Amino acid sequence: MALPQTRRGGGVTPGVHRLPGGVHPPGFKELSNREPIARATLPELLVLPLQQHIGQPAEPIVKVGDRVLKGQVLGKAGGYVSVPVHASTSGRVVAVEDRAVPHPSGLSAPCVVIEPDGDDAWTELTPTPDYASVDPSHLRNLIREAGVVGMGGAGFPTFIKLNPGPKRKVSTVILNGVECEPYITCDDRLMRERPQEVIAGACIVRHAVGAEQCVIAVEDNKPEAARALRQAATDGVEVLVVPTVYPSGGEKQIIQVVIGLEVPSGRLPVEVGVVVQNVATAVALHRAVAQGEPLVSRIVTVTGEGVAHPRNLEVPLGTPVAHLLSQCEPRPVQARALIMGGPMMGFSLHDEQAPVVKTSNCVLVDLPGAVADPPLPCIRCGACARACPMHLLPQQLYWYARSRDFDQAQDYSLFDCIECGCCAYVCPSHIPLVHYYRFAKTEVWAQEGDRQRADLARRRHTSRLQRLDLERREREERQHKKKASPAGTAVGGDEATKATVQAAIDRARARRSVHEEAGPGAREGV
Amino acid sequence: MSPRLLTPISPHRHGEASVRRVMLDVLYALVPGLAAYVWFFGWGIVVNIAIAVAVALGAEAFMLAARGRPVRPFLTDGSATVTAVLLAIAVPPLAPWWVAAVGAAFAIVVAKHLYGGLGYNPFNPAMVGYVLLLISFPRVMTVWPAAAGGQPLGILDSLHIIFAGAPPGLPMDAVSGATPLDFMKVRLGANLTVDEIRASPLFGALSGRGWEWVSGGFLLGGLWLLYRQVITWHIPAAMLGTLFVLSLAFTAIDPGRYPPPLFHLFAGGVMLGAFFVATDPVSAATTPRGRLLYAAGIGTILYVIRTWGGYPDGVAFAVLLMNIAAPTIDHYTQPRVYGHGEA
Repeated sequence: MALPQTRRGGGVTPGVHRLPGGVHPPGFKELSNREPIARATLPELLVLPLQQHIGQPAEPIVKVGDRVLKGQVLGKAGGYVSVPVHASTSGRVVAVEDRAVPHPSGLSAPCVVIEPDGDDAWTELTPTPDYASVDPSHLRNLIREAGVVGMGGAGFPTFIKLNPGPKRKVSTVILNGVECEPYITCDDRLMRERPQEVIAGACIVRHAVGAEQCVIAVEDNKPEAARALRQAATDGVEVLVVPTVYPSGGEKQIIQVVIGLEVPSGRLPVEVGVVVQNVATAVALHRAVAQGEPLVSRIVTVTGEGVAHPRNLEVPLGTPVAHLLSQCEPRPVQARALIMGGPMMGFSLHDEQAPVVKTSNCVLVDLPGAVADPPLPCIRCGACARACPMHLLPQQLYWYARSRDFDQAQDYSLFDCIECGCCAYVCPSHIPLVHYYRFAKTEVWAQEGDRQRADLARRRHTSRLQRLDLERREREERQHKKKASPAGTAVGGDEATKATVQAAIDRARARRSVHEEAGPGAREGV
Repeated sequence: MSPRLLTPISPHRHGEASVRRVMLDVLYALVPGLAAYVWFFGWGIVVNIAIAVAVALGAEAFMLAARGRPVRPFLTDGSATVTAVLLAIAVPPLAPWWVAAVGAAFAIVVAKHLYGGLGYNPFNPAMVGYVLLLISFPRVMTVWPAAAGGQPLGILDSLHIIFAGAPPGLPMDAVSGATPLDFMKVRLGANLTVDEIRASPLFGALSGRGWEWVSGGFLLGGLWLLYRQVITWHIPAAMLGTLFVLSLAFTAIDPGRYPPPLFHLFAGGVMLGAFFVATDPVSAATTPRGRLLYAAGIGTILYVIRTWGGYPDGVAFAVLLMNIAAPTIDHYTQPRVYGHGEA
């Protein structure tokens, strides 16, 4: 199917289109979706990473000992692709230092640590009740200053996604309430309990991007959420129930399901006239505008076999995961895995003290299951290709990644892989396929970095050779002159001195010009 | 003291599929065809299967140990068993014991392990073993039981024939004959018409008496494999479809010289080949369009061999010839990736 050029950016009719591939893992949603959202208690210390989004980290503007109020800025945006970080309660700054953060690498990163004073006192907020009278660029600014980022997992600054640019027309806003990962129910409970806020957020997004229609997509395993949203829906906001299949909540997939178009490889959804926002993000930006509230808390599903009381908690950002667990009756076990995110794409935490950040939708407390069989060789059954929602050939990518043939892997569209894990889920040989693709991607990035460094080194080397050559020639010239006028140098007087000075100046000039030629950006033609 | 923290990598859940489950499903799916086989042709095939499986597992264990691979997970994955059973089905049921043994050993040692073991062999090991036997021992490989006359042999008689030759008073001629395909080929060569040949009691409604039921059994098992999603429709549909269209075309030209489509579909190893052999994932093409091409190639070569070649049947040769084309077919039939323009 070619991408229909004529429909790009034009009017499209939302409906349910088929998602190629995908899998149907057991949902386990009922573990955590029966109870209303509860407020988490405040921990002894809140650890707020300065980077909770994709892009440049925020720059700290508080120092140890400062008193801060809830909602006060702790770090200002560190560039265009960046947003500020705010205090999630009132208290005292006790440290600005590297702490464990939720990241697959398990590395530490700069954080602001707050000791709560228990008052939970807000800083002064400036609401903007009538969003419709406000210019979209001003709305984007409000949303940026409130630190709102995509809360479905990626954490891309929301204000950028709300800026389609002057040339592009957005026809459809899709609010993503699909929540296709098993176990996670934070969006489900949010849609059931706060549908008006979701709808209000949808209207703000629609106004900000100048779209005509807004579709809220909800999987058919969440009928209560769909019902609540329909009751709250206003004109121009449609609730669309889509079939339950993983990974239909992926951005590219939900666009395909709702409007039947594919986002061109390497491009943004706005190319097909669509902006996608997660429902929790919509609520966050609604609060940012209507109440002037920055993003300081989020709903987190704490679930899995490792807790006796799985449920959804509204958690101040910066709450250590260990504190969250203590409110869900963790089972006494020898060993467990703490997975941030869902069972398909979530990553393992290396430290229980890692805090909840803006993108933390779920903490899955997993117990070690039966000992898994070691992977068998690939039998080329092709189950992975049937499951791949991107129409890739996971099996071929695996062979090429394994044999370190990264050029071939890229020819087989390695970088179109969304790492959803469907291929590994269905693999009868239990091969950790996604791991191989991450490895291959990392290697390609590393090679590209190496190539750039090698180019720079080659330029430096060439310029050094030229410099040495010039110096040698100058030396020879000097010696030649000395030989030519042995008496002159001895009794030369003023003229000889002048000539020497002039020669030195010339040499310096020549050197400088060589350096400029070989400077950065100069093409050596090698 | 908090519990030890494990750090597994995503995805953290896995479906129920496993190599063992796939292989077991294949074995279960063979049951209806095998039941029909025993019903019409006696217990010989069961003895052959037992011999082939025992030898194959022994050879597998030996090769795994020799290659320094873990023996247990590979021995229990079921792949050697499937190879052995498919080979045993291809061998005449009353052939001497060493026939199935040699075939199974060759299939596992050479066609599977010397090419790299599970997942790496470019050719279907069972078909390599079968072709070795067919070329090396043509006499024993063409003596087939007759379904036309008498009662099928019991288990004791079968054992006696396989391990010690025909017992006195039961000459091999009495229990053996040509296959319907062979019979058809020889008599077509003698300028008889298809209808005249099919008047022989060797033939049933569709193809050979008894054989058509065996084929039907394999068809049934194959449909179950489709339902279980162990195989996809592409290979059986393209192979059977190609054979059907070709035989229909030639029957239309001269019904006296070319047997009709249903005869072709239900004779010899077609159903077994379409659902159980050509679909062997390791040696087949893997892309959807590639599988169609690959199986259409098998259907075509098969028809050519049957109609104009030197052998009455050609499933094994057709599969092996297309096996080696599979990587090239895969390369040229990559599906269009999401977000990429029309390929």
